[in-house]
Amino acid sequence: MRYRIAALAALVMGVWAGPALAQNPTGKVTVSTSFSKDVTDPFKKAFEKAFPGVTLEVQNRNTNAGVKYVEETRANNQTDLFWASAPDAFEVLKGKGLLQKYQPKATGIPEKIGAFPINDPDGFYFGFAASGYGIMWNERYAKANKLPEPKEWSDLAKPAYYDHVSIAAPSRSGTTHLTIETILQGEGWDKGWRTVKEMAGNFRQVTERSFGVPDAVNSGQVGFGIVIDFFAFSAQASGFPVKFVYPTVTTIVPANVAIIANAPNKAGAEAFIEFLLSPAGQEVLLEPSIRRLPINPAVYAKAPADYPNPFKDPSLGARVKFDVDVSEKRTAVIDALFDQLITFQLEGLKAATKAIHDAEAALAKKDNAQGRALVKEARDLIAVMPITEAQASSPEIAGAFTGGKEKGARQAELEQQWASFAKERYAQAKAKAEEALKLAR
Amino acid sequence: MALALLRREGVVAVGAGQAAAAAAIALFLLLFLITPVATVIYVAFTEKGSGAFTFVNFYDFARTDLFVRSFWNSVYVSAMAVVLASVFALPLATITTRFEFRGALLIQTLGFVPLIMPPFVGAVAMQLLFGRNGTVNLLLDDWFGLKIPFMEGLNGVVFVQAIHYFPFILVNLSASLRNIDRSMEEAAQNLGCSGFRLFRRVVFPLALPGYLAGASLVFVKVFDDLATPLLLNVKDMLAPQAYLRVTSIGIADPMGYVIATVLIAVSILAMWASAAAMRGKDYSTAQRGGGGLSQRRMRRWESALAYFVVFLILGLVLAPHLGLLLLSFATIWSYSPLPDGFTLAHYTRVFGESFVYIKNTVLYASLAGLIDVVLGTAIAYFVLRTKLVGREWLDWAASAALAVPGVVLGIGYLRTFYGVQLPGGQPLATLWIMIVIALAIRRLPYALRACYAALQQISVSLEEAAENLGATKARTVRRVVVPLMTGGILAGFISSFSTAAVELSATLMLVQSSSDAPLAYGLYIFMQSPAGRGPGAALGVIAVMLVAACAFLTHLVVERSQGAQGLSS
Repeated sequence: MRYRIAALAALVMGVWAGPALAQNPTGKVTVSTSFSKDVTDPFKKAFEKAFPGVTLEVQNRNTNAGVKYVEETRANNQTDLFWASAPDAFEVLKGKGLLQKYQPKATGIPEKIGAFPINDPDGFYFGFAASGYGIMWNERYAKANKLPEPKEWSDLAKPAYYDHVSIAAPSRSGTTHLTIETILQGEGWDKGWRTVKEMAGNFRQVTERSFGVPDAVNSGQVGFGIVIDFFAFSAQASGFPVKFVYPTVTTIVPANVAIIANAPNKAGAEAFIEFLLSPAGQEVLLEPSIRRLPINPAVYAKAPADYPNPFKDPSLGARVKFDVDVSEKRTAVIDALFDQLITFQLEGLKAATKAIHDAEAALAKKDNAQGRALVKEARDLIAVMPITEAQASSPEIAGAFTGGKEKGARQAELEQQWASFAKERYAQAKAKAEEALKLAR
Repeated sequence: MALALLRREGVVAVGAGQAAAAAAIALFLLLFLITPVATVIYVAFTEKGSGAFTFVNFYDFARTDLFVRSFWNSVYVSAMAVVLASVFALPLATITTRFEFRGALLIQTLGFVPLIMPPFVGAVAMQLLFGRNGTVNLLLDDWFGLKIPFMEGLNGVVFVQAIHYFPFILVNLSASLRNIDRSMEEAAQNLGCSGFRLFRRVVFPLALPGYLAGASLVFVKVFDDLATPLLLNVKDMLAPQAYLRVTSIGIADPMGYVIATVLIAVSILAMWASAAAMRGKDYSTAQRGGGGLSQRRMRRWESALAYFVVFLILGLVLAPHLGLLLLSFATIWSYSPLPDGFTLAHYTRVFGESFVYIKNTVLYASLAGLIDVVLGTAIAYFVLRTKLVGREWLDWAASAALAVPGVVLGIGYLRTFYGVQLPGGQPLATLWIMIVIALAIRRLPYALRACYAALQQISVSLEEAAENLGATKARTVRRVVVPLMTGGILAGFISSFSTAAVELSATLMLVQSSSDAPLAYGLYIFMQSPAGRGPGAALGVIAVMLVAACAFLTHLVVERSQGAQGLSS
């Protein structure tokens, strides 16, 4: 009984005294992160200033390597925190029991940003900044090639942008995965894939890391990129001639932080999370080299005038009701579909798209009903999917990717099927479009 | 030839000391290469979900168009890269070793620099120069309205890989050329052979061990390399396919490991084939007369031509580094032939923190290089000079390291050594010495090939003579074999050292704190943001200068020792 009272008293005291005095963090706090030095350095500086005697040890790994690292070292964990963008990486860690529950004490943070919950409902990871997806482009490139400014995803499917657009493979970049998932949920399975594939017909390249896209746009190797907003904002802040726009079908998702199970310095880890969520920590996000959206609405008062504010601007991310459960069930299937239908078939897809563009240009000059019909058929051949939405999250197909109990087709078999499905149809589409072109001559 | 074979049979006394040394090397490879890799790669032989043993994954590999296409693409690219790399390397090696050529030492060093291409930032520099909207193409477009796709498709990969890896041929071929005895050439000249015929019929065949060592390295390295194809966005090659699958989370897919297994098998096969090509031939020369080839003085027009060729090749292969240098001083460089402006700010930004990176890089890379030449010399000796059972397996196992993706080795180390706790409770895998060992394992094949080629050129009769005069085996190795191999050993050390200095993929898994981090890691964290590009390039330049300086010093030592050899005899 006495103990219980003491514990209760301590709890009350703790709440009353506020986060900074609740515990006295000391020593080394180790964080595994995918964020660049430009992001981590200002936070490290500010955090160490707020908590003298604490050092933040930053270990840089990309998100995938970081997850693998935490997984492989679980037996003798030396890492306190995991700090990265993609919520799905945190879902993986949580699913494997590698995260520790925590209840942040910070106040003034709403439950949702756009349609997306800021914190994990189960209390394993917490949003500390928000980001949306959109289109980034190099102004010099656009001017030299006389390309208009895009506004919507579908703009990128226009013939003018052929061979000028770049994206990271969703299987390689958690952020791009969410972009694709957002389009699919926002426009529906069939229409969404049609949009994605029509855009994909204009792809210059599908890169294997998220930063590959802004890197290529910054140096002008590619004109337009599908990226997460802060890549564009921080590039602008560094002086690169780039611009950025949020299309209407976008979603604002939080970047996250979590405590790793059996963290060697738990007090320090908690202190870091509280710092990130405090007004002082949130203000660090406004630094030009970071430029992410704070999740504390009050902090926007200190932001520059043109800073996007998802809490004020209703068009930012509110259109799409992003369903996390739907997304989670079919993650691997969406990635594999994208890779097999687009990434590894890009040549065929581009050839077909080019043929359609040529045919449509010719038809615009000299119309021909039969030619129009052929082009429509060609477009439909590109858009058609090897599986339906229901199949994508069915246990048979999802099981092939996660190693489920049911003995269905193996992943390699499915992938081969999808690849040849796409290859055949792209070839047919190209033939039809070429036929249409002949008719229009 | 028969005589040579007989002679080789002669040197077979297997001492207990040799067996123990071979066993120690075998244990080292088992512990730090085979076990860690096996803990990761066994997945290739299991069924997904149940984990039961199966070969079905290999069946799937052969039935998937993408993988079969990737396989043949990789073969094509590797073979063509060897051809193009030879075109770059042969003139440089010949001109600098066969002729009296001012600045030969500098050219040897500069010709070596392309091997040191820092990760990420090198790619950006390359794109800014040769990319679709790089300097060259923007200017061409401006002047002639055309663009040349240097960096596109499979041929783009061939171009970049040849530039990147031709130093392997250059270094090994030059070492071999220097080792040819002048008397051979003189004998041929006395018999009336000269000019190109002399080179084709006598000099080049005698240098074949070095050429083959370099060419096989280029082939295997290109076959297993994933960075360059990925930087050019070519995904339908085997190594990128393996990497993409192994490093994607959420997909517990055996295919990545199946591809890794195929990569390892092909690498061993290529090494075996290059060994088989040399079998039954004797490349050693017994007399050590004039200390290497005679260097001919060139006529004026010859010399002009030689300078032209050398500058043309060097200009091409060093262009990426020029781009890197520009990038490190550039304010903004975007869609323009040259940067908008120049600044020193990037260097001031990295100045403070680069000291710890430099110290770590030099420490790790030189330790790794040292381990590699010791192991390389020993393995070459066992394979070529003893009859130990399974000696070839040492060679093949070490060469297989070339095919193991760095990330697989990194994960293997965590899996194998993280559970092993040091007395302080610290896991063994977190010690910096593990980074050194991982680097040594990954770069061992480079040193091994160089040592192997050097030993092939030394006649057994020299060792027999030493032993006849009463020297023990160990003393013979120490006083005769190793000194004669110096050139090859140093070539091996440079290759291992300088490539270890810019290695990232395995390091990324093993670096535990920034105080233990090497330069490549520092570069990596800069290159993840737009503002980090300049500082990243500055660090890259520092890395290249550092390694080039070390390579230059080593070349200087080689020249000195060769000069000394020539004088003393």
